[in-house]
Amino acid sequence: MLNKLSPWKKAGLYIVLILVCVLTLLPLVWMLSASLKLDKDVFRIPIEWIPSNPAWSNYQRIWDQVPMLRFTFNTFKITVITTIIQVFTCSFAAYGFAKCQFKGRNLLFLIYVATIAVPWQVYMLPQYSMIQQFGLVDTHASLILLHAFDAFGVFLLRQFCMGIPNELLEAARIDGLSEYGVYRKIVLPQMGPSIATLVIFTFVTNWNDFMGPMIYLNSTELKTVQLGIRMFMGQYSTEYGLIMAASVVSLIPVVIVFLIFQKQFVQGIATSGLKG
Amino acid sequence: MATKEKADRNAAASKKSSGMTLKRRQTIVGMSFITPNFIGFFVLILIPVLFTFRLCFSRWDGYNPMEFAGLENFRYIFTHKVFQDAVIKTLIFTVCSVGITTFLSLGLAVLINQKLKGIGIFRTAIFFPYVASVVAVAAVWQMLFQKDMGLINEVLRFFGVADPPGWLASTKWALTGVIIVNIWKSMGYYMIIYLAALQDVPTSLVEASMIDGANAWQRFWKVKWPLLSNATFFVVMMLTINSFKSFDLIYALTEGGPGTATTLMSNYIYNQSFVSWDYGRASAAAMVLFAIVAVITLFQFRIEKKFSND
Repeated sequence: MLNKLSPWKKAGLYIVLILVCVLTLLPLVWMLSASLKLDKDVFRIPIEWIPSNPAWSNYQRIWDQVPMLRFTFNTFKITVITTIIQVFTCSFAAYGFAKCQFKGRNLLFLIYVATIAVPWQVYMLPQYSMIQQFGLVDTHASLILLHAFDAFGVFLLRQFCMGIPNELLEAARIDGLSEYGVYRKIVLPQMGPSIATLVIFTFVTNWNDFMGPMIYLNSTELKTVQLGIRMFMGQYSTEYGLIMAASVVSLIPVVIVFLIFQKQFVQGIATSGLKG
Repeated sequence: MATKEKADRNAAASKKSSGMTLKRRQTIVGMSFITPNFIGFFVLILIPVLFTFRLCFSRWDGYNPMEFAGLENFRYIFTHKVFQDAVIKTLIFTVCSVGITTFLSLGLAVLINQKLKGIGIFRTAIFFPYVASVVAVAAVWQMLFQKDMGLINEVLRFFGVADPPGWLASTKWALTGVIIVNIWKSMGYYMIIYLAALQDVPTSLVEASMIDGANAWQRFWKVKWPLLSNATFFVVMMLTINSFKSFDLIYALTEGGPGTATTLMSNYIYNQSFVSWDYGRASAAAMVLFAIVAVITLFQFRIEKKFSND
């Protein structure tokens, strides 16, 4: 059998892997530990990794000191709407690009792909100017528009769509299905896993988005979770325990999604990476 | 649901006009699939990108009438010390991030690509920083990097470093600190790409080389490494582009400071945009960034083509 390792090598490998993981996870473990400490204990040496007297009150206080609940709701709202728009328009366009023959298709797709390589900084100002002219600055709509038409989604779904055999679609067309019927009855059901991948990526991107809300949102009641933590850091810069507690709370949804859908994540990266 | 209605409407329309040539009808059907996304893409991404080309030759603050400025904006930024430094710092940041991250992610992928119990847990642990939000990550690293009380300097002092650096608070060390966090956060992503490529290496090839008596070291460099060239190009180019445009992590960590110690090109563009509200200069700097990234991308396609021809 391949990769048959001797017990010694195996043990050595485990030790190296454990060391690596300790190093990568250390900041996050420290965050968790500090979130349960009083400010005066956060930097105390030697470090008490598991606080003997956990300050659970940190987790209570964050909801009182800034409207964290409101921010969480706002973030969820923006994320859900963006994801819905993405899934519908992207899967539609992906089918058009992958399976419909028409003039100018390849050029159009090239333009889509080319914009993926354009750094956001290049057009963020004209984009702001445009959204300002729509009168949407300082609304959630601005952030939804900002993320809903990302070319990456079209690209990702098209890559998956290309893998659906043409014979299958041809057979369906001969059976009298229109292109829209083929899309709805044959292609869409097959795209399930790739749509799941897109949903997860969109969720994480939106949940973690920091620059978008920072540029577009001014009103406190409209702000998102990430801005909420920044508010903490600004207003209570020495309340280390509190800042860490807010950070931990902001990570929880992503941790849950990540642990459940890890397979799709890995698949999505591998697909967009190697065929791109 | 709007897309579905539109689809039905279009379907009805295409049935009615059965007199049309097949080609024409195919074009309309194909376009109808793309249109809903394309409208948003066109208005919110394509137009702004094209508009930047015009803005970089203009003088504009977003309110007063726009004036043609010729090359004035470019002349300004190229003689602006902060921009010059930003270009140099961006290059340093990019070279360090790309080199170290590529090396580490390949090493990690090789480590993880073993049939061991619980390997999935290790993969998850290494990948997780990539999905963690930059704001939370920046908050904790700021504390770890604290000069007098931070964990990192505690460790350094334990190993005998008498006067450890001030990291993010010091003009000399802030860039290094930012690079460390950037590598920590992104290496898991590139590890996954390498891992996928390693798993695509045909086992028959590896087995054949084992029968020929190749040791693990030879197996890697003589058999697997050449097959990883595509993945390596992808990783290096993605890393390069992402380093040039990385912004939010640096902003969350240092806001470009102290002073201008971590003001990279993308921070410069942001400051010209949303602090100075100078659309022309911001767009000129953006154009320079765009040109660099475009050249790298084209270079990537060239090399990829060359290698796939060989």
